[in-house]
Amino acid sequence: MKILLNDREEEFMKESVSVNEMLLIKKFSFKMRIIKINGILISKEKYDTTFIHDGDDVQMIYLMSGG
Amino acid sequence: MRFSEIKTHLSKFRVGIAGAGGLGSNCAVALARSGIGTLVIADFDIIEEPNLNRQYYFTDQIGLMKTVALKENISRINPDVFVIIHQKKLDRINIPEIFSGCNIIVEAFDNSAMKEMMIETVQIKMPGIPLVVGSGMAGWGNTNDLISRKIDDTLYICGDEYSEVSDSLPPFAPRVGIVANMQANVVIELLMNIK
Repeated sequence: MKILLNDREEEFMKESVSVNEMLLIKKFSFKMRIIKINGILISKEKYDTTFIHDGDDVQMIYLMSGG
Repeated sequence: MRFSEIKTHLSKFRVGIAGAGGLGSNCAVALARSGIGTLVIADFDIIEEPNLNRQYYFTDQIGLMKTVALKENISRINPDVFVIIHQKKLDRINIPEIFSGCNIIVEAFDNSAMKEMMIETVQIKMPGIPLVVGSGMAGWGNTNDLISRKIDDTLYICGDEYSEVSDSLPPFAPRVGIVANMQANVVIELLMNIK
């Protein structure tokens, strides 16, 4: 499947991946983040049960301390 | 629109500011100078000496509540702005109450876990209300890495999304001020798009 990840096209070998699988495959280890799929915010508890499908628009925002 | 009409337009709106530290105090002052009608500012902290390297306060305000001092400073800059202050630690329950009626909300915390909580709360419990977040502004230099990024109609991120504060990378006035003013600039842009 192909998805948009922060406006860039990304290809995965599977037909769908959970949010946590996507983070593992992409080796995104930084913990403080917000993920939106097709404009809908996915809470952390749902990273295992929410799946990303072909054509999905995934936005990832990193949250840094400081202000 | 002429300048006088722009001022009248901006005076009709209410903007929420969650936190009155480096981001919140500077963003609030920029919005007050721009003539936003009402600012709702929430913070539970008092002013301490190390805050003065970036936050919009003065040495004789050390020990005061940030909300109280910021309201005073804004009244000295633009007395026409109506400032509502809440001396509370924000959480998932009180955020929708405190910021109800706001056209836009600015996230201005320093702690990343609080930023996450704020985004989740506003996006889930206040659907449709735009939130302008600051993320990544520690240290100095790298000015052009500081950007404002539209995620969608309800979420905007200002900052570099990588520089986190630490003992060797403290927050400094220029980068924090740039991001705070970027957040204010996004707010004004969004308000000017409201007919």
